[in-house]
Amino acid sequence: MSELDELMKEFGEAGGDKSILANGEIAHLIANGHKILSKRAVKGIEVEALETESGISARVRVLEGTHLLNQVHLCFGVLHKSGIQRINMDIRFEKDSDANFIAHCIFPKAEKVKHIMDAVIDIGETATMRYSEVHYHGIYGGIEVNPKAVVSIGKNGKYFTDFLLIHGRVGKLKIDYSVKVGENAVTELNARVFGHADDKIFIKDKVALDGVNSRGLIKTRVAIEDNAQAEVTGITEGNAEGARGHVDCMEIVKDNAIAKAIPIVKVSNSLAKVTHEAAIGSVDKKQLETLMAHGLSPEEAVDVIVRGILK
Amino acid sequence: MPLLEIKDITYRVKEKEIFSGLSLAVDPGEVHAILGKNGTGKSTLAYLVMGCEGYIPTTGEILFDGKVINHLKLHERAKLGITMAWQEPVRFEGISVRDYLTLRNKEIDPCKYLDLAGLHPLLYLDRIMDRTLSGGERKRIELASVAALDPRLVILDEPDSGIDMLSIQDILNVITEFKEHGASVLLITHREEIANIADRASEICNGRIICSGTPAKVTRYYKSKRCEICIGEECIFV
Repeated sequence: MSELDELMKEFGEAGGDKSILANGEIAHLIANGHKILSKRAVKGIEVEALETESGISARVRVLEGTHLLNQVHLCFGVLHKSGIQRINMDIRFEKDSDANFIAHCIFPKAEKVKHIMDAVIDIGETATMRYSEVHYHGIYGGIEVNPKAVVSIGKNGKYFTDFLLIHGRVGKLKIDYSVKVGENAVTELNARVFGHADDKIFIKDKVALDGVNSRGLIKTRVAIEDNAQAEVTGITEGNAEGARGHVDCMEIVKDNAIAKAIPIVKVSNSLAKVTHEAAIGSVDKKQLETLMAHGLSPEEAVDVIVRGILK
Repeated sequence: MPLLEIKDITYRVKEKEIFSGLSLAVDPGEVHAILGKNGTGKSTLAYLVMGCEGYIPTTGEILFDGKVINHLKLHERAKLGITMAWQEPVRFEGISVRDYLTLRNKEIDPCKYLDLAGLHPLLYLDRIMDRTLSGGERKRIELASVAALDPRLVILDEPDSGIDMLSIQDILNVITEFKEHGASVLLITHREEIANIADRASEICNGRIICSGTPAKVTRYYKSKRCEICIGEECIFV
């Protein structure tokens, strides 16, 4: 079986749609370790990708006025038990462009794997990017994932991101996103993670609302059990008139797991407003009792609640 | 034999006695309204019957279908056919109305129960049970969800609170549906038109039932406000 077939097999087993590979209207970039296995650009998008010593370096341009109907699929994996994959991404959305990206990150056998994503993203005026990153990890927990992104959003631009790691062991996760939001621009950073065993989760999201009437939301949902640990830092700065930001963190803790939430809100303009809420603890008792009154066992009720918040 | 029988229960929280010798029976298929001022323990009674955490009678027995259930856990009571719609239903992230109504039985038609509670299924089935629902909408969904369980005993804790006046008939429809299916209802309410649908009613005061009978009789007694001038030394009904 070729590396591509093997990666796509894992991708399919994780719930991915393998037909994207053959569909000529869908742009994609697929890499195993530091080897590019397949790539395709479509009209309105330029993709340049190079193999480096320890990974992939890619430059993506969504051209001015382009509105892509199909999602752009990125698929990064390490199929071996050990290895390092360093992805450098330079993504630029030109004026008035609009596209959805989804990154599938697949590490089914990871015992000693490191996946580093370093992205610089520039969202132009009135452009919109939606970026989802979905991880499929194996059961061994020997993986370290370090996604880092520095994003700037121009006037009237929009940037939405959703990080999802609820399949398999987390291993060690260290997210570091920083977003500068321009005039009338909007951003929403979502992260959903389920940690088990001795997984370690560190999430740091920073939103700087620098533009007049800019908007920002950081929303984090984490569930941890066994001896897992999580630390979530949500930073929002209101630096301009009319800026509105909110930090919303919820962490559900089971067994001997330990969770920490650090919301930091800073306002440097009297006409800006930033709010925050954080809830950490066991499953809400009233939610639990409501579901049990519907005939679920305590274990089933906890499962429904946790899956709900991570959905 | 009553379906639910509460026999001479006392319930204390620290030094405060909430119930002192409260007894009540609800027959199969009976709708029994519970009236009483704020703070008399109506919701506490509901939690004791449902078996919420920390709610176990200090003395006395709660029987369901002739068996003592004092020490059964909440989900064990639910498996017997007891369920409850809370006064302020909780919200859930990521759970759709469709999923919520079919939690226990995937085969039921959730549309039927939303219709019953006065909600248009197409507008609600795929809504998430989170803060985007108003209090009244959430309340109706809770009623629909307990109806979908086909319970033997349903406890409704102020089902009319948060519901607009024009929609009270929807609440009455749900209660009628329970009755037609042979379920018993313990109906806690402050509203006369809701209490009037009951077969019997009881008023709680000073930790016990002070008056039972037809809803008209108990409502009349309740509205006479004798409890407000009572100093707890005598009551003609005790």
